[in-house]
Amino acid sequence: MREKLLKVSDLVVHYELENEVVEAVNGVSFEMDRGETLGIVGETGAGKTTLALSIMRLVPEPPGRVVQGTVALDGENVLSMAKREIRQIRGKKVSMIFQDPMTSLNPVQTVGNQIMEVIKLHENCSAAEAVIRATEMLERVGIPGERFNEYPHQFSGGMRQRVVIAIALACSPELLIADEPTTALDVTIQAQILDMMRRLKDDLNTSMIMITHDLGVVAETCDKVAIMYAGELVEYGTVEQIFHRPKHPYTVGLFRSLPSLDKDVDRLQPIPGLMPDPTKLPNHCSFYDRCEEACDDCLQREPPVVEPEPGHTVRCCRCSGGERREAME
Amino acid sequence: MSTLLEVKNLKKYFKVPAGTLHAVDDVSFQIETGTTMGVVGESGCGKSTLGRTLIHLLPPTEGQILLDGKSITNVKKRQLHTLRKNMQMIFQDPFSSLNPRMSVSQAIGEPLQIYGLVKNKQELDRRVRETMDTVGLAARLADSYPHELDGGRRQRIGIARALVLQPRFIVCDEPVSALDVSIQAQILNLMQDLQRENGYTYLFITHDLSVVRHISDEICVMYLGKVVEHSPAKELFQHCCHPYTKALLSAIPIPNIDVKRERFLLKGEITSPIDPKPGCRFAARCSYATEACRQESPELRELSPNHFCACHHPLM
Repeated sequence: MREKLLKVSDLVVHYELENEVVEAVNGVSFEMDRGETLGIVGETGAGKTTLALSIMRLVPEPPGRVVQGTVALDGENVLSMAKREIRQIRGKKVSMIFQDPMTSLNPVQTVGNQIMEVIKLHENCSAAEAVIRATEMLERVGIPGERFNEYPHQFSGGMRQRVVIAIALACSPELLIADEPTTALDVTIQAQILDMMRRLKDDLNTSMIMITHDLGVVAETCDKVAIMYAGELVEYGTVEQIFHRPKHPYTVGLFRSLPSLDKDVDRLQPIPGLMPDPTKLPNHCSFYDRCEEACDDCLQREPPVVEPEPGHTVRCCRCSGGERREAME
Repeated sequence: MSTLLEVKNLKKYFKVPAGTLHAVDDVSFQIETGTTMGVVGESGCGKSTLGRTLIHLLPPTEGQILLDGKSITNVKKRQLHTLRKNMQMIFQDPFSSLNPRMSVSQAIGEPLQIYGLVKNKQELDRRVRETMDTVGLAARLADSYPHELDGGRRQRIGIARALVLQPRFIVCDEPVSALDVSIQAQILNLMQDLQRENGYTYLFITHDLSVVRHISDEICVMYLGKVVEHSPAKELFQHCCHPYTKALLSAIPIPNIDVKRERFLLKGEITSPIDPKPGCRFAARCSYATEACRQESPELRELSPNHFCACHHPLM
């Protein structure tokens, strides 16, 4: 059997500031198969982006520090590689798309040059060949090849994001990490971009991690979903498991707080309170203060990870054993 | 019910080096007292300019604005001062719309002092405390500064500032777009509760269709400065008539994996609002467009009771 494409085990990432420590990622483990799309969902500050950056080994150090854990890509631990090895992987094996296309493009380079740069760096080919391949890539993301020599400011937001995607996919990476790729775009443009990403992903046989706060985007693009809260994966499963049988009170709350397009709801049911301060995380379950089903047991220990059905894991005291049923009676 | 605000053929143009930018072009509607009018559209469609023009943050180029049947289109500076007491605005970004050097209680108390509505310090403190209580801000935060608070709480300060004068009409410009979903639901509930208790009238500007459906009684869909469709909220989601509305609705990702929808993808992107060509502004992206659409701009017509649509080929 081939190695899993990506295996993250017990990853802990902190930002160590002058007089406090931000616990951004706390013991995250998951695996990804080839060809899969994994959605990572969570609110601002849940640690989604830090998790993605540590897979690329882009967490700024200092203040960031990987405290423990491994990120194995094709069986090789990214976190223990030399800088030179990492550079060969970035853009070739793993690529990343960032939220804001304007800040991730170089304003004084033509878009064509920026796509060529990654091809020249990773593929053994002549400059002329790189131009051909870059033009091809540009057309593949729906931009006419004549715009090769234009600068980023001459493109609209949606078009810029297409350029960023072209750069990310130019060397057909095995894994594409997309960090809120459509959050800055309008819905009709978002629909175009998501449609295109799905198509390209299938064409190039790329696996994808889609980071988003929008459960709608997850429903449309992902196979598996990981819900993050305060730096932990609180629930993980297939789209079907998470959308039909959510178990963690936070996941349930997220679904309930969304206004619906087809049902009439008089009042929304928000999750009360706020996410805990990542510099002062409690020793017990971090969702305790906001949880409707919290019990004394939740205060006593770190919540265990339980598996209510194969492939579906939940980190919750209430979901382990028969207590939950009792509470409902 | 009575009409609180009426807009007749409102236009707002900006002179830019390349020509005239038609931000709001011939918009007319009425808002009943105590209801919410939702305005949806993509960036650049003129929805924020519309909101700002209504409360005179921007002078209108043409057309009329009537409050309680009286024209407030061309008011003098002093009249504007009285007018603003009745018309307030909640801004999108709770990070840039608050003065970083004012504490929570100062920020909320400022409008009261400007209008001389309180006689002494005790009364000011009492009114500020009451308002903080109404919007769900704990009293212990009174001396905090905006940078110490999270987005949801800052947005509550923005709402408190708008409410403290007890205005009749509030323009809410994307008040929940910068917030996470669980906080967004808290703020939407708060705004609805306040409306029920005090009879506020809202103009609710947003790009999020599920939010606008939830909170609005009526909805205007805008495209490049024009209202393309206007109907009661539910009606719009059940039978939309304009091809743009249909595309907009089908583009929203729905958090439900059982619904497989027919995608109605739009070609291209929004065109320039500078010196627009005659004809329907949506024609270049519309799959139903004919020669007539490129020649003549469609008028807003009433297709069924209270359902208006500006299209030569409405979908029925």
